[in-house]
Amino acid sequence: MNDDRLTIAGIEFRSRLWVGTGKYKDFVETQKAIEASGADVVTVAVRRVNITDRKSENLLDYLSPKKYKILPNTAGCYTVEDALRYARLARAAGVSDMVKLEVIGDERTLFPDTAGLIEAARILVKEGFIVFPYTNDDPVVAKRLVDVGCPAVMPLAAPIGSGLGIRNPYNLKILMESVHVPVIVDAGVGTASDAALAMEYGADAVLMNTAIAGAKEPILMAEAMKYAVWAGRMAFKAGRIPRKLYATASSPIEGML
Amino acid sequence: MRITLNGEPREVADGQSVASLLADLGVPAERVAVELNLTVVDRQTFPGTPLRDGDRVEVIGFIGGGEDTRHER
Repeated sequence: MNDDRLTIAGIEFRSRLWVGTGKYKDFVETQKAIEASGADVVTVAVRRVNITDRKSENLLDYLSPKKYKILPNTAGCYTVEDALRYARLARAAGVSDMVKLEVIGDERTLFPDTAGLIEAARILVKEGFIVFPYTNDDPVVAKRLVDVGCPAVMPLAAPIGSGLGIRNPYNLKILMESVHVPVIVDAGVGTASDAALAMEYGADAVLMNTAIAGAKEPILMAEAMKYAVWAGRMAFKAGRIPRKLYATASSPIEGML
Repeated sequence: MRITLNGEPREVADGQSVASLLADLGVPAERVAVELNLTVVDRQTFPGTPLRDGDRVEVIGFIGGGEDTRHER
């Protein structure tokens, strides 16, 4: 599976599991869990620097941009203007032209504001950003995002942090057939089987945070997710057997007494 | 002179540049981005960008966050 690389916008990704860096106990646990996950892409949030505590540590001291592809996100942005502002600041911080674009439309569900998302994506693509849009599982919205220049789309499986797994597998399948760019299932994964299922459906990668960071043993769950994504990917490539209502014997009748 | 730094009022010496402000704060310039009155400042120009009385300065960096980071706001 090592030669099964994912390439987006000319960037080669070694792992099909992408992880967030939030909700961990501390930076050491963050580092260990991400190491165990085998992910080479980590998403980070853009926030004010702590200027009152000179000893405050920097996340990037634990996750070196030399080792990981840093994917800044616009988490917490509810308007196009905010998302643009955060994206531009993220790029100015100098680790990447990539941005995981989030324009949130509702506080309780954290569902994306897809109209705002498409507008923000269009502007950022024109400014030279590599835009990874966090979207819902709507195939038409996914197409619009590709139309404005997104080199991949990131549909949710379920609400962020919900752990509900893939709530609408048929939409997700239609979405994957509707766009000819990589699809990264983002948000809603609860456990390893959810990640495997997403990959079996044909997702190109899976991004998660809470499912790992919120597990009782985050480092162990990170490793479980690594294998789940591998297993799902391999099963997808191998091609599953069709479902049948009745049994088909796998032992020959010939030679029976 | 008085500026607003990350939302808080702050007294700084007259004639300070963005670069000298970061140095005073002990913030490594290569790890942050700076916004001056809502405009992103190119890192190359930190030393040559003077601060003026009343400026609104934001110094931002990366923190842990994945899908959404509302709990950390």
